[in-house]
Amino acid sequence: MTDAAIDRATFENLKATAGADFVHELIDTFLTEAPAMFEDLRSALAANDAARFKRAAHSLKSNSNTFGALTLGAKAKNLELGGLASAREPGDPLDALAREYARVAAALKELKRA
Amino acid sequence: MREGNHGGARVLVVDDNKVNRLLLTRNLELMHLHVTTAENGRVALEMLRREAFDLLLLDIEMPEMNGFEVLEQLVRDLQLRDLPVIVTSSLEGVDNVVRCIELGAEDYLNKPVNPVLLKARIGASLEKKRLRDQQKELVRRFATAEVAQDLQESGFSLGGKRVNGSVMFSDIRNFTPLAESQPPEETIELLNTYYTLMFNAISGHGGIVSQMAGDGLMAVFGAPLPLPDHCDAAVRAALEMIEMIELFNADQAAAGKPQIRIGIGIASGEMVAGYTGTNERATYTCIGDTVNVASRLEAHTKLAERAILIDGVTRAGLRESAKLEALGPVNIRGKAQPVEVFGVTVGEKVAVGQK
Repeated sequence: MTDAAIDRATFENLKATAGADFVHELIDTFLTEAPAMFEDLRSALAANDAARFKRAAHSLKSNSNTFGALTLGAKAKNLELGGLASAREPGDPLDALAREYARVAAALKELKRA
Repeated sequence: MREGNHGGARVLVVDDNKVNRLLLTRNLELMHLHVTTAENGRVALEMLRREAFDLLLLDIEMPEMNGFEVLEQLVRDLQLRDLPVIVTSSLEGVDNVVRCIELGAEDYLNKPVNPVLLKARIGASLEKKRLRDQQKELVRRFATAEVAQDLQESGFSLGGKRVNGSVMFSDIRNFTPLAESQPPEETIELLNTYYTLMFNAISGHGGIVSQMAGDGLMAVFGAPLPLPDHCDAAVRAALEMIEMIELFNADQAAAGKPQIRIGIGIASGEMVAGYTGTNERATYTCIGDTVNVASRLEAHTKLAERAILIDGVTRAGLRESAKLEALGPVNIRGKAQPVEVFGVTVGEKVAVGQK
């Protein structure tokens, strides 16, 4: 897997099938919705709510992969499969996830401008 | 009854994630489908019980009610159990896919959904639904003296047989706007009168109504009991139906109520007829090319602007003369060869000497 925040082939394919204007709107929607998913992950973790945690990770994974944010998608998938315990592992996986998201958000904004 | 072209088919997209909902909606709208969305299973079920949909695109991971629970509810619902469902999910694990299929899902697509694959699966699902709807319309309960007798004599054997006969399809033109423009009780009353008149005309000429659906009906002449002049019988019945509608319209006009027009298609030939179902409850069904042609001819009456259309086989089978108008060959879906189509002239008693 490349280290690019966004896999260009996936992204270009999305643009080709759904239309560039629409994809720009979709990016805006994702950037608006994603903070709530992180909020969900954190509060589910605090409340020990495994189902909600899994669902939020699942949502983030699904959207990441849609835009070609494969690294973010993979990290979210690990949390979806690993559940609450995986978020408590050393190295603060949620924090790493948030950092990767920041990279993805910047890259998506850049792609929108391009 | 919806035609084979799937444009305008109604799809319900259920997904708790907004990006997914928007993207799926976009992909479906590019296929000219009519899309409605719901954000969880509970909302989706409410919508499904309120309005008619042709297809459900279902996510699994959702709050309140997940996709598995929706599938379980659908199986138990007689009205909804035949609704095709395509699961779109990024759930991990083959066991989840298997569970969806076991719960009755038609198909499973991994997210992010590949639009080309989505299009193919949706086309296949809608086509299957169309065929299933058609079959359901064929398998309608009906009870006429002839059929009851035939069932008695055949010892309720459920097997089919090849028969030669004529099939008629008839429906009310522009019925939906009419039904929407008046109170529901009036619509039902109108349908009841219409059906009574049509039943009488059909059974008066030896035919049986084998199905009714909404404002449409299908009748068979020559099965279950053979009818040597089934072509004449069907055409005579059709002429009488038109005549009855004209009388009915005169009454309606006098009462200041809406009038109706009907289109009738008749085709003749070989078909498979028989009882399908269980020993407790059987329905009489006719299947085959002839049925298809009759249905298409009925649809074609709008385009041809004729009240009654018959195919070349029916024309060749007429022993009595009817006033016919050759409309030339028409291409019909599902038929390799074009079908010769004739309009039956209405408003004159069956004349002699022109065939």
